[in-house]
Amino acid sequence: MGRYVLRRLLQMVPVFVGTTFLIYVLVWAVPGDPFEGKCGERDCPASYITMMRERFNLDDPLLLQYWKYLVNLLQGDFGVTSSGVQVVDRIAATFPVTLRLALVALLVEAVIGITAGVVSGLRDRGFLDSLVLVSTLFLISIPVFVTGYAVQLVFGLQLGWIAPTVTTPTFGNLIVPGFVLASLSMAYVARLSRASIAENRRADYVRTALAKGLPTRRIVGVHLLRNSLIPVITFLGTDLGAFLGGAIVTEGIFNVPGVGGLVFRSILTKDGAMVTGVVTVLVLVYLLMTLLVDLLYAVLDPRIRYD
Amino acid sequence: MARARSTPRLVPAVVAVALAATACGSTDTPTGSNADAGITIFNTEPENPLVPGNTTEVGGSRVLDPLFTGLVEYRARDAQPVNAMAESIDTTDSKTFTVKIKKDWLFHDGSPVTAKSFVDAWNWTAYGPNGTQGASFFSQIEGYDAVHPKDPDGPDKPQAPPAPTAETMSGLAIVDDHTFTITLSEPFAVFPVTIGYEVFAPLPEVFFKDRAAFEGHPIGNGPFKFVSRTVGTDIKLTRNDDYKGDDKPKFKDLTLKVYQSRESAYADLVANNLDFMEELPPNALAGRQYETDLGDRVVQRETLNNQTIAFPFYLPPYDNVDLRRAISMAINREEITERIFEGTRKPADGWVHPLMKGYRPGQCGEYCTFDPDKAKAALAKSGYTGEIVLLSNTDGGHQEWAEAVVNSIKNTLGVQARFVPSTSFGEFRQKVNAHEMTGMYRAGWVADYPSIENWLTPLFRTGASSNDGLYSNPAFDAKLAEADKATSEDEAIELYLEAERIMAPDLPSIPLWTQNTIAGRSDRLKVANLDPFRTLDLFSVEVA
Repeated sequence: MGRYVLRRLLQMVPVFVGTTFLIYVLVWAVPGDPFEGKCGERDCPASYITMMRERFNLDDPLLLQYWKYLVNLLQGDFGVTSSGVQVVDRIAATFPVTLRLALVALLVEAVIGITAGVVSGLRDRGFLDSLVLVSTLFLISIPVFVTGYAVQLVFGLQLGWIAPTVTTPTFGNLIVPGFVLASLSMAYVARLSRASIAENRRADYVRTALAKGLPTRRIVGVHLLRNSLIPVITFLGTDLGAFLGGAIVTEGIFNVPGVGGLVFRSILTKDGAMVTGVVTVLVLVYLLMTLLVDLLYAVLDPRIRYD
Repeated sequence: MARARSTPRLVPAVVAVALAATACGSTDTPTGSNADAGITIFNTEPENPLVPGNTTEVGGSRVLDPLFTGLVEYRARDAQPVNAMAESIDTTDSKTFTVKIKKDWLFHDGSPVTAKSFVDAWNWTAYGPNGTQGASFFSQIEGYDAVHPKDPDGPDKPQAPPAPTAETMSGLAIVDDHTFTITLSEPFAVFPVTIGYEVFAPLPEVFFKDRAAFEGHPIGNGPFKFVSRTVGTDIKLTRNDDYKGDDKPKFKDLTLKVYQSRESAYADLVANNLDFMEELPPNALAGRQYETDLGDRVVQRETLNNQTIAFPFYLPPYDNVDLRRAISMAINREEITERIFEGTRKPADGWVHPLMKGYRPGQCGEYCTFDPDKAKAALAKSGYTGEIVLLSNTDGGHQEWAEAVVNSIKNTLGVQARFVPSTSFGEFRQKVNAHEMTGMYRAGWVADYPSIENWLTPLFRTGASSNDGLYSNPAFDAKLAEADKATSEDEAIELYLEAERIMAPDLPSIPLWTQNTIAGRSDRLKVANLDPFRTLDLFSVEVA
């Protein structure tokens, strides 16, 4: 187990270097002047551009630029944006917000999704099963931004039950955006667990458990669920990673000051240092999430061994 | 503005349909005018450190403008410059200006504002190695070349710019604590009009001692004081009760809130959670949705910007004056402004904006009037029968009118005309700057300062900074030079108008229309007006 983890961690090194290199190259290779828009609707003076190019090492060959960036990064220096703000400060300010949003979404997705999946998986072709199938199909077919705007419009503007945007990102205020963010994945989780449960329901070990006279609650809750959750856990794990980086639309609609909006705006304003910094952290999070998911497999299914 | 342009295209339609059913949200509002109230207005994240000489983009300007008061300020009503910190600005030859500043003004830290505060600030901003954004605004002052030498091969190339030979501009001299003189390298009659921009703001001594601390907590001399900033969330200012200016703000606290998107800000505005927002998002403008959503909370006025079609004089056939005339006379401005913009744009009849002092109607004359017969005749005279191409970026909502213009040309002249979109403004501007345009192209101008001169010189004088199409007319240049040397404002205006008339038959660009800016306010604000520069006039704000 320990060796497996160590091996996985070592494998992360080339992945980390490769992705950061790609991001770095892509960010600065986006067509257009990286300082366009920095000076409003006029072109920046030459001396300003000279200074900025120097600050971001843009006059060096690309590999050297990246090397300098990587060296700083390994020392914990994420660099400074063109507005003189420390990238690491912005990451520290936005990550907890997005993490909170992602956790709310994950909770919604896991609790509602798995419950719906189990309930419908256990009842073949019943009313509840059809209801889950139809409602998940409905959710899957609506893009998140439609759900988001519709929720904001109906509950925020027309009924006035919620504030249309999030002012302070506390857990309570993030419940509505969390629901919106989770809506699509929730449907997938429900369908995944439904299929998995329905399949495993006829497995030998379930019949054995039934024959032993175990109570249904125990059969479903321990034997069936534990074995059926492997694909669901995989999905949830990668989804948490996706939530952290991909909540751009939801964050934009509800004005949540999180990572997604930060990356999005940084890309638009061509703030290379910021984009690379944030995405680097996202890559790390994603790598750790996949490792965590793989380790969870062994917990759920004793047949899986890592040494 | 780049930030608002990239919302998914479907969003506006969806929201427009849904919002149609919306009744305005309501919140409880206290009654009676409230001088101690706080308001929250829309902002975008400042993209530069908060130093007046180093910020020319809108997110930073919205913060710095209330914090600083310059020698002159522009009156919100008519954009005319009026003395603010200046007691008087005198000149006899339009080359040397003697500036007397008002006494007893203080910075927010209690230090006095003196002539030195201005001179030091200007020298710091102009100094090449400081690499400020506002440096070029000082280029007319004598000695600018010494503190800010030109980079011989451009900023993108390896060769470093030569080191400056001086640290201060020879054209600035302090006479006493409250007097200083400005000497320009060439006479420039409208110079006093240009210095209302916040790049010309004074800086306190603490700035020169500890710049990093200043950037974290800017200290100005304006009607508002800096309180705190949470990067990415908001910036808080509060009224400066020691402010010596004539106008006093009629509310206390000002919060500039950073929004992730214009759409989310608009939702807050509709729900009265946000007090003011200028330039509504596309989903609000589509089909005049804002009228349904905001009702009498819509704030609208004509602002200092226009839309034109520019010609690449380096690319045939666009150097053919008859073809340019034919194209201009083939565009039905009235119909396009009515149909596409529903009256929020006004057809232009010249290059100078109608809000400018000295504006004269009809300077472009028949060349800017839709006339199919004359247009066809001009086309025949030009001898051109090929295709006409119009280029524009489409991320700022330009596609609709660009297509309409092309259709208008096609239908009137009976030639092939094509609109070629380009996805990003940055990419588009890069090609414009590199003189790589393959057709005529969209151009717009936002006034730097409210002078008739600003609509002509930077755009059309030979070799001028924004003369991207490389237009050149010696007679026009000579008339501009004459106007620059004029000794009185009225004389200068007359001469600039003459220059505009000299240029008109050449049609170096086609004036299309001038623009209204549409903003919205919350129920709480009794009064909130826009100024001609598309921002909230803070002095007008009254909270109910």
